[in-house]
Amino acid sequence: MTPDFLTAAFLAGLLAAMLRMATPLLYASLGEYLSERSGVLNLGIEGIMSFGALTGFLTVYFTGNLWLAVLVAFLSGCLLAAVHAVLSVTLGVSQHVSGIGLTIFGSGLALYAYRLVIGAPIVPPQVTPFSPFEIPCLCRIPFLGPTLFGQYSLTYLALALAPLLWIYVYRTHWGLRLRAVGENPEAADSAGINVFRVRYASVILGGGLMSVGGAFLSIAHFNMFTPDIVAGRGWVSIALVVFGNWHPLKILLGALIFGGIDALQLRIQTIGVAIPYQYLLLLPYLVTILLLALIARRTSHPAALLTPYRRE
Amino acid sequence: MRLALEKRETLPFRIHLLLPVGAVGISFLLSFVPILCAGANPFTAYSYIFYGALGTKTSIVETLVKTAPLILTGLCAAIAFKSGFYNLGGEGQFYLGALTAAALGICTGLPPQTALPLIIAAGFAAGGIWAFGAAVLKTKFRVDEVVVTLLSNYIVIYVVSALLDGPLKDPRTMWPNSPTIMTAARYPLLLGGTRLHAGVLVAIIVALLAWVIMRKTTLGFEIAATGANPKASAYAGIPVIRTVLIASFLSGGVAGLAGVGEVSGLHYNLIEKISPGYGYAGIVIAMLGELNPVGVVLAAFLFGTIITGAQMMSRVTGVPVFLADVIQGITLLVMLAVLILTSYRIRVSLDHLRGAHIKRGITTEGTEYTEYLDADLRR
Repeated sequence: MTPDFLTAAFLAGLLAAMLRMATPLLYASLGEYLSERSGVLNLGIEGIMSFGALTGFLTVYFTGNLWLAVLVAFLSGCLLAAVHAVLSVTLGVSQHVSGIGLTIFGSGLALYAYRLVIGAPIVPPQVTPFSPFEIPCLCRIPFLGPTLFGQYSLTYLALALAPLLWIYVYRTHWGLRLRAVGENPEAADSAGINVFRVRYASVILGGGLMSVGGAFLSIAHFNMFTPDIVAGRGWVSIALVVFGNWHPLKILLGALIFGGIDALQLRIQTIGVAIPYQYLLLLPYLVTILLLALIARRTSHPAALLTPYRRE
Repeated sequence: MRLALEKRETLPFRIHLLLPVGAVGISFLLSFVPILCAGANPFTAYSYIFYGALGTKTSIVETLVKTAPLILTGLCAAIAFKSGFYNLGGEGQFYLGALTAAALGICTGLPPQTALPLIIAAGFAAGGIWAFGAAVLKTKFRVDEVVVTLLSNYIVIYVVSALLDGPLKDPRTMWPNSPTIMTAARYPLLLGGTRLHAGVLVAIIVALLAWVIMRKTTLGFEIAATGANPKASAYAGIPVIRTVLIASFLSGGVAGLAGVGEVSGLHYNLIEKISPGYGYAGIVIAMLGELNPVGVVLAAFLFGTIITGAQMMSRVTGVPVFLADVIQGITLLVMLAVLILTSYRIRVSLDHLRGAHIKRGITTEGTEYTEYLDADLRR
């Protein structure tokens, strides 16, 4: 092992990569959290992220406008999630199967649209992605400065989103309604809360966030769209909501830990450890399953999760 | 306008048969949109899909060869879903079956007469044990099987990729492929000069067996009862946990067989992308077949047709071949919506637009009354 393994530069790089890797997971898991808080599991997350990565990429490809791309990705995620809302909230079908249907549809549509618009060139087209936004002054702090304050704007937003969501869910009138709908829709309904409206809003906004997570991959983390760009990050995000025990700040912690594992496996790869790189790539998935087995008994999901609400 | 769902009487069986047909029809119509976006005529596109899949003897064989793994992954999802165990790991279990067939198929020490039966049994066991593991996590540790089975797909695929880069790599090529399996490990061909192999028969036989198990045996009854209502089943004395564990093993095993078929019947070696998402397509097929093994065979044939025909359709019309995936997704979503309408009907109410608010109740004398209030009292 090279002695420079634990140098300050290595650690600073690891920390910076951890924040970067955690960003798409944060958008996706907080979006999933919002949806599940209202009682709706959204397994369409993987397809929504894929589609968001595509719409974000195409917007930059044609306009060069990065923030417009974020907006377009957000809206396209809302649109796909609305399909899930109609099926699972209005019609009350199995949320599992509806979500999987949405994932198959969203991923398929992303590939279809990419082939239609871009074709199948040997060298995939690239866009100019987001460049890190260095916060003035702060980023000149030695060691931590460039790491913490030299990130993408979307990363700062993602980090801010967790506490904002916490305030929304636990400290506002609207959050109280949201929790009521997710825990006991009958009681919420008799208290005058429109269960359907709250669920629609949460599922749709949640889908928008997931989609931004996908777009982060194609217009910040990478600078192109590839068919397997999401690579199971959606499923990991669903697991993160379980780890976080349906609490935004714990989800933030979980996303950082997993961003860290992802960053670490990338660095072990580049150091050239004699382990096939595939075993490092599967590490996050394996750790997720093991941790789920350890903590699943101690978690408590919103009581009405997976249960469609029907007014009698 | 306000929509509400009302319970309705159970539909007769013959209408149940029409549901998937209706769902496919609606999905085909909805898929006009992406085809039109590609600047093609939908009718031309569909006719090339069907011509490309069923127009010649070779294309029919190709369709059947694609249908076989889809039948098996469809059964994988159908058996598991029927028991209430959401096994979404068909893709990984498929790869494990394929890996087993490739690993055993190059062991020249195996006696030729028993090589193929051994591979089939081992491939079934490999897929089965993987799904069984997820079922143990669900029943013993209360881990949601959905996340576990989805994530475990990636683990298997990366392990397969690592093995194809290392110990299983064919030293004679530069590609990440396994060496060719021995002749004794291959499914016999059924029709000279074509790729039609005995794996297609295996798939149909497994579907018939699944039908017998689900319809005629105690196990089948226990699986259906557990899936429909685990609490009531446990109360009625059905060993619910054991039933889920058995169903998960059978489910994963059947997906493993699909992987065996692709190696032993078609490719004769293991390649990195041996499944173009057969495991996920199985979920669509199971739902379209209403979790009935016979329905699964029919739905698998339909999607075998679409996947095969999409190639020719794409070459002729320029519509991307991924139309097949889009149709799969739409079909699953439409089928779900159609299924719910078998037990509920949609009631459209316009009352609140007129400002009327209806109050129903029972008077102190016990008679029902309906009161129409002019003002809209909604909050």
